[in-house]
Amino acid sequence: MPNLKDLKNRIASVKSTRKITKAMQMVAAAKLRRAQDAAEAARPYAEKMETVMGGLAQSVGGSDNAPRLLAGTGKSDVHLLVVMTAERGLCGGFNSTIVRKARQHVETLLAAGKTVKILTVGKKGREQLKRDHGGKFVGHVDLSDVKRLGYADAARIAADVLGRFDAGDFDVATIFFNRFQSVISQVPTATQIIPAQFDAPETASDTGSLYDYEPSEEAVLEDLLPRGVATQIFTALLENAASEQGARMSAMDNATRNAGDMIERLTIEYNRSRQAVITNELIEIISGAEAL
Amino acid sequence: MAQKMQFDLVSPERRLASLSVEAVQIPAADGDMTAMADHAPLITTLRPGVLKVEGAEGGAETAYFVTGGFADVAGPTVTVLAEQALPVSEVTADIIDGLIAEARAAHDKAVAADGAQGADVSAKFLADMEAARAHVIG
Repeated sequence: MPNLKDLKNRIASVKSTRKITKAMQMVAAAKLRRAQDAAEAARPYAEKMETVMGGLAQSVGGSDNAPRLLAGTGKSDVHLLVVMTAERGLCGGFNSTIVRKARQHVETLLAAGKTVKILTVGKKGREQLKRDHGGKFVGHVDLSDVKRLGYADAARIAADVLGRFDAGDFDVATIFFNRFQSVISQVPTATQIIPAQFDAPETASDTGSLYDYEPSEEAVLEDLLPRGVATQIFTALLENAASEQGARMSAMDNATRNAGDMIERLTIEYNRSRQAVITNELIEIISGAEAL
Repeated sequence: MAQKMQFDLVSPERRLASLSVEAVQIPAADGDMTAMADHAPLITTLRPGVLKVEGAEGGAETAYFVTGGFADVAGPTVTVLAEQALPVSEVTADIIDGLIAEARAAHDKAVAADGAQGADVSAKFLADMEAARAHVIG
């Protein structure tokens, strides 16, 4: 049985751990609110973008001179995976789920004989993928000094990706991120961004052909596609940020609860051994008195 | 009194304005245009410039500085999706000079890269940006 002093120290240490996890949970909750608001605020833009581009893609997409961002390079030999993770850990399975999803994708692609290149966003994903797939890294985007995610960050990543595409470095680009569903559930998602893909537009809103386009349909689409890529990346970043805070919040909630349980158990053990010590002392005194 | 229409100005980060207005002056790619209620459906790209809203509630004329994006004009609604947008009153010479410097760097890069096609586009962007600066700052 550990002695009283040790138990006491142990309890004190778990108590301070609980204080830290509790504080982290509350910070994550506040940040989550902000991240959710940001994701909410970005939605109208992304939705509008998608409808307009969907309509355009439908009318222009079939022609031979469709932009390469829409039609692709005609091959799918080289794949670029943009893996978005957090800069920090202590957020449950947040980073691992994305990495696992990306890893599966890498394996299927490799099995199909494709070349894979990886661009990591966020330190944690890079660390986890380094051992198996370090040779496939083509770049890294560091967001650790970004306090508040802005469109400019997404535009930077998009410019990087588009630059590589123009240089013919890859044929297909896919982004990996966690879609925020609720505080306890984040869904790892893979979305193909190049060549652009659109959900089949609903027939009801098929007003695309009624529009006049200025300067021309092709020119508008040419202008929009790179913006679309940036928008998709921005949406993914925001979803990811909200997911990260959600995951951290629930992980820290669990940790706080575990610490509470542990304190309870340790306190019971402490009290028990304290009583045992008292009983022992009494027995010694009594037997000493009897021996006289 | 002119008919009102719904006007939304949306940037990637947030919705900047959602007003009922009489007319919107849009810096479209091929020149400024004004859209009023029941304008024919039109989608146009934007060049850097000043977007003016007329006849909003309260009567104030509001102006926004936009760097690019596109406008969707469809009968009763006008939606402008701007890459970057700021109320003109908040634009300072520093902000705009920063953007011009960026545009110039992009232009120099494009000229160095292939000289012809890409440089044309970036040169126009740069010129538009400088014109917008003259317009906003004076």
